Amino acid sequence: MFHLDWLNNRFLIAVIAILHVLINHGLAVGFIPYITWLEYKGLKKSTSDQITDLKWDHFVYKKMKVAFIITTTIGAMTGVGIWFSASLVSPSSIASLIRVFYWAWFIEWLVFVTEVVLILIYFLTWKSSNNSLSAKMRHIRFGWFLAIFSWITMAIIVAILGFMMDPGNWNNHHSLLNGFTNPIYLPQLMFRTPTAMLVAGVFGMLLGTIFGVKDKELRKRSVKYSAIWIFIWAPISLIGAVIYWNVLPEAMVENMSTAVGTMQFQEYYDVLRWVILIAISFVLVIAGIGIMRPGKVKMWMVIIPCFFVFGFLGIFERVREFIRKPYVIGGYMYSNLLREEDYPLYKKEGILKHATYASTHEVTDANKIQAGRDVFMLTCSRCHTTKGINSITYVFERMYGEGKPLDIASVAGYIPNMHVGRTYMPPFPGNEKELDALAHFIKSLQTTGESLEGVQTKGLQVNSINSVEEFNK
Amino acid sequence: MIFKISTPLPKDIPLELPLPEWLLVTLLVVSFLAHIVFINLMLGGSILTLWAQIKGLKNKDYDSYAHEIAKTITVNKSMAVVLGVAPLLSINTLYTVYFYSANALTGFAWIMIIPLVTIAFLLTYLHKYTWHSLESAKRIHISIMAVAVGIFLIIPLIFLTNVNLMMFPEKWGTVKGFMDALTLPNVFPRYFEFLGACLTITGIFTVGYSNRKNYKIEKIYKTFTRYTLKKLGYKVAFVGVGLQLFFGIIVLFTLPAKGLGFDVLGSMLSAGVVLFFVAFYIWKSMISEESKIDAHYKKIIIFILTFLLIYGGSRQMYRHNALHPHQKLMAYKTKEFQKLSEDARLHPVLETVAIDTTLGEYAIGSSLFKKNCSSCHKEKEKLVGPPMTEMVTIYKNNPEGLKKWINAPGKKRPDYPQMPGFASLSDEDLSELAKYILSIQK
Repeated sequence: MFHLDWLNNRFLIAVIAILHVLINHGLAVGFIPYITWLEYKGLKKSTSDQITDLKWDHFVYKKMKVAFIITTTIGAMTGVGIWFSASLVSPSSIASLIRVFYWAWFIEWLVFVTEVVLILIYFLTWKSSNNSLSAKMRHIRFGWFLAIFSWITMAIIVAILGFMMDPGNWNNHHSLLNGFTNPIYLPQLMFRTPTAMLVAGVFGMLLGTIFGVKDKELRKRSVKYSAIWIFIWAPISLIGAVIYWNVLPEAMVENMSTAVGTMQFQEYYDVLRWVILIAISFVLVIAGIGIMRPGKVKMWMVIIPCFFVFGFLGIFERVREFIRKPYVIGGYMYSNLLREEDYPLYKKEGILKHATYASTHEVTDANKIQAGRDVFMLTCSRCHTTKGINSITYVFERMYGEGKPLDIASVAGYIPNMHVGRTYMPPFPGNEKELDALAHFIKSLQTTGESLEGVQTKGLQVNSINSVEEFNK
Repeated sequence: MIFKISTPLPKDIPLELPLPEWLLVTLLVVSFLAHIVFINLMLGGSILTLWAQIKGLKNKDYDSYAHEIAKTITVNKSMAVVLGVAPLLSINTLYTVYFYSANALTGFAWIMIIPLVTIAFLLTYLHKYTWHSLESAKRIHISIMAVAVGIFLIIPLIFLTNVNLMMFPEKWGTVKGFMDALTLPNVFPRYFEFLGACLTITGIFTVGYSNRKNYKIEKIYKTFTRYTLKKLGYKVAFVGVGLQLFFGIIVLFTLPAKGLGFDVLGSMLSAGVVLFFVAFYIWKSMISEESKIDAHYKKIIIFILTFLLIYGGSRQMYRHNALHPHQKLMAYKTKEFQKLSEDARLHPVLETVAIDTTLGEYAIGSSLFKKNCSSCHKEKEKLVGPPMTEMVTIYKNNPEGLKKWINAPGKKRPDYPQMPGFASLSDEDLSELAKYILSIQK
């Protein structure tokens, strides 16, 4: 199994995915209408002897150029990166999802290809459209069309994601329609749409202050328009956020086998409330200054709100991810990539016996630590490291006392029952002996400080009883 | 202990394929070809730009030529990326376990594709948009492209290693990291064959690009004419097709016998014949005079497309032959496992938390305590939470209060972590539990 022992496996996906969402929402879905609106302003405010205000038009074009470059490089590659990282970190779950949602993704892909082609056309025909009034008007219409199109792309992908999160339905019927009808679909869309616009406005304002360093008139004009844009979308985004915030616990309650809020979720949830308030008020303040005194707004003033709105969107993604636990696919597959229905077998015969890759298939007194390491890799390593982020020694020491030697009996007593109290944890899948081996391994980590290597460096060891040679006998 | 490497026999994802296999295979091959053509144009275009720009240090027209090609790279690369998603989805679906195993074994290199390609893309934009501003620092400008080309040249190696490694499960136990997997036979010959294809496709593309009616050649170049440009394109393509033929033969001889069969051999040879025709007509166009230079253009394109289809098909045949026996075994194994799993579901092991009957009326409460509370609470000492004896003091005559607290605890002690609630326990269980806790003697 691929394993990153310091950074944590989830972290890899999270970084890539959040970066992708920020760029997709802020610089595509929100940015295209923002830019088209500014392009239109240039046309409207131009004097009668020109097609459009060329100085302004070039200024807006430069903003689009930045967004275009970022979306077609980092944006596009992080999109692919989600697939790449999922194939490493979470192969069984992504493989199951793709077998069921192949069509949904295929359609999404077709829509996406069209969107990329449209963005290319929009950006690359910008300059040549300045040759005649009708071409310019056509270009602006095309911009609005593109804006709608990229919004539809988002609406579809939210449905796909929504379905994947839909509790219980996986086992009943896999139809994409559930994605659109699930309880958090509309709130998500109501939050994402205005927030994308908001992020675009703030980022656009930032770019305006950078490109307009030398030209005060252009900068003032850009700041003012951006401020108006922000002023329109910020309250809607706030309403969307509040609605979404309110339905989150409900989605979470349904997702969890037992209806209790967990401590960690509560923490996130509280932080989220403050992030919403602070981000929106920061943004409103800067927009207020932007409207009253556009000349006063400098680049450094916009950077902070810019960070806040990006963070705003980012933390919502984090919380949304969290409510899936303890499952990666609701009611079907736990976060450790083991299927719920195979649990009785693992409990009965042990997880090592059925692992394709393990150094041993049975725990003995001699191989306890080694077997424990295998059990750790198979059942814990998707979310825990041995000594990095969310390390297993850290979580135990947090409970039983920092720096104190762990008591094997307590660890072994805790693990089989942890999912009762901490509902975001999946139950432990192995048998008694494996549990004991795991506890020994965890305890040994305290003194050895060993770091666990993934197959990408160490290669893999085939479990001899699950080999072709053995099967052929 | 004798160290023996065996071939792993994993379990498949126990879900049906979303489409019939033949349809998925068709989608895989066709979408992959569409993707690879744009990759060819992107990589071939980058190499050509670099070469022409270096030549352009002496002859300004080559510099203009490089600029013209550079403008197409960023568009082709955007297409290459989006078109890559469909074959990626398809290969994930069809060869799930094989592909993911290869990904994991080369994990670090595999994930590095993302940042590396992103950097290379950013560099191509930087190169394109600083063409005029770095006019006076040509060498710096050229080195931007050189770095991008360097990165672009690494990426195909990672992909080729992956699609190669996935076909040989018997090697999975021996491979340690990407560099190790790189040395598998057949990676490098295929790599050079692929580079040849990049030049062929790009060469032919530039011929068409220079042939556009509204393309104002005389405005861009001083001495180059449409004829020189087209001739240059054919030359590039001829070099490419030469590489393809040469390394194609090596590929054929270094293919591990595992997936070979008369079907694969037959289609690879016929692909070779078609490619030979491509080479022949490119050569004819290359040496022809101005009036006849376009005579074979359509033929060449048709032959190239035919070649791509046959060759792409033959690779898929090889993959199928190589993996089919293992896939069959894996299907058995998966079924066997599912049956075992079902049996275990019907006859699960019973929970082992024993009820100690000697405890009399506290027996049930005691076992509930062990299961639900003991990982955080001890009777007389502080563990994660406070000792139970304190609960006896607080709730002495108030079992209902204790029950309420366990069901939905609040937070009283600033120096203790928050206790999770136990709404999963029934009222009866809670009563038993409270009864037991309050019976604990100080």
